[in-house]
Amino acid sequence: MTREDDNFATSASRPDFAAIAGWVKPGAKVLDLGCGDGSLLRYLNKTRKTRGYGVEISDENILACTKNDVNVLQNDLETGLSGFESNSFDYVILSQTLQAMRHSERIMNEMLRVGREAIVTFPNFGYWRHRLELLNGRMPVSGALPYQWFDTPNIHLCTIADFEKFCRDYGMRILERVIMNSSDIIRVLPNWRGTLAVYRVERETSLRDIKAP
Amino acid sequence: MLETSSVGAVVPQTAHFDSAIVLASGAQIAQYDLVYETYGELNPACSNAVLVCHALSGNHHVAGYYAGQEESGWWDNMVGPGKPIDTRRFFVIGVNNLGGCHGSTGPASIDPASGKPFGAGFPLMTVEDWVETQARLAQRFGITQFAAIIGGSLGGMQALQWSISRPEQVRHVIAIAAAPKLTAQNIAFNDVARQAILTDPDFHGGNFCAQDAVPRRGLRLARMLGHITYLSDDSMAEKFGRGLRSGAYSFGYDVEFEIESYLRYQGDKFAASFDANTYLLMTKALDYFDPARAYNGNLSAAFRGARAKYLVLAFTSDWRFSPGRSRDIVKALLDNELDVSFAQITSNHGHDSFLMEDEHYHDLLRAYMNNIEI
Repeated sequence: MTREDDNFATSASRPDFAAIAGWVKPGAKVLDLGCGDGSLLRYLNKTRKTRGYGVEISDENILACTKNDVNVLQNDLETGLSGFESNSFDYVILSQTLQAMRHSERIMNEMLRVGREAIVTFPNFGYWRHRLELLNGRMPVSGALPYQWFDTPNIHLCTIADFEKFCRDYGMRILERVIMNSSDIIRVLPNWRGTLAVYRVERETSLRDIKAP
Repeated sequence: MLETSSVGAVVPQTAHFDSAIVLASGAQIAQYDLVYETYGELNPACSNAVLVCHALSGNHHVAGYYAGQEESGWWDNMVGPGKPIDTRRFFVIGVNNLGGCHGSTGPASIDPASGKPFGAGFPLMTVEDWVETQARLAQRFGITQFAAIIGGSLGGMQALQWSISRPEQVRHVIAIAAAPKLTAQNIAFNDVARQAILTDPDFHGGNFCAQDAVPRRGLRLARMLGHITYLSDDSMAEKFGRGLRSGAYSFGYDVEFEIESYLRYQGDKFAASFDANTYLLMTKALDYFDPARAYNGNLSAAFRGARAKYLVLAFTSDWRFSPGRSRDIVKALLDNELDVSFAQITSNHGHDSFLMEDEHYHDLLRAYMNNIEI
């Protein structure tokens, strides 16, 4: 398989990539937090000519990113983004990582300090199957939430409604959102029917003014 | 599995330079030799050249072995056919730095002007000076731009300096277990090592060659001290612990603990093969390295003209050149929007980790090297 094929396969298997790429301006400077094997960065570098950097903690992913020929910095996101200057990126991306972080609010603030805009994706806990499983008395396990309660890295799951309230409470303005289920975009009853939420947000007020509710 | 092999038997070469070099100190060296080795083939476009810069006690003998000798080059696990720095693809140069003691002109060489060894008269060198001499050697090969310049520790400093001094002449910099400058603690260790040599009665103010003496005790102590700082507490505990050679206390000052035996052996070996003046000037080059100094301490400003892509590697247990110092380098590169990757490799071998064979470390370097276009 050539690298082009490889790239195509990646974008097809991760429909949120295309949604994110649609928002990213060509030539932008992008920081991808928890960038995994670097496929999103590689995709953005290719399709949007971005100047991208990834942050990862795992050795395995650092190696995968290096193989993918993307810039990657080994760092623990929980310690913040102190190695990055304020307003030094156009976009800071947090793809399917927010729900696994201990300090959700701190990382969001940090993202909007370092970047002009933040792009956040997370699995929607409000998806109807998840609600049904809970009604049946069991923790939901699905394609979007593939873990059992005892082995999940996800500690801060939220619904679309939760996230939007969180943004309002913490002074973040939602610029755009795409709610997806597999590769379909869900417009009707998104908090029931969507499995993956993709948001673009910016600071509503300067960081200093942000107060806890 | 990957097939790897040795570059095989190698023969060092010597390049002679007639044009004087003016050093950062203002001193001049009228003419000099640089001894070097090469592995692999330089392609017709001269675009596959890799320079490996050596650390404090290293030299040009990076890989392979000398006919009739068993010991191989200091980075033989890294450089060779199928190895992370693959000599089937790259043309690799190892050079003994000016001021060294393994063939290049240095304090133990004969000064043509006097017919006697330079000794104390040999000028102090800086990392910038080495970059200049290495560039002159590259010119001999017709290399106008290195595909990569790689080094660990003091070698990493040279690789970084290349991208500052000659930004157009290096595409990739791999700085391993390096630092943008030494800390006070680091300079302190270096000075204790120097004091051991300088106060050895056999040092004779640096002109020990003329006296037919060798400041063996000083060199030995310097190396023993250095060696402790290149290892980690954990690796020493693992390798030696409190092991006793005879199994019991002998209530004397002879070698009792395994670690004592090891350090004395390393010290003796080093004192028999290394020049004291070279050791002194190498430690000074380390102390002086500080590219931010010319920019009021602003490291980001020092890299403003840099154009290379960087791979910066640090090791968790390296307390001599800690991962934090590598992060300082990364921060300065990020401030200049340069391409950079950084990995903090888990290893308990301390500063010496950069010389060790570690699967993840080697996989990373291999992956990075594979993506370098030639």
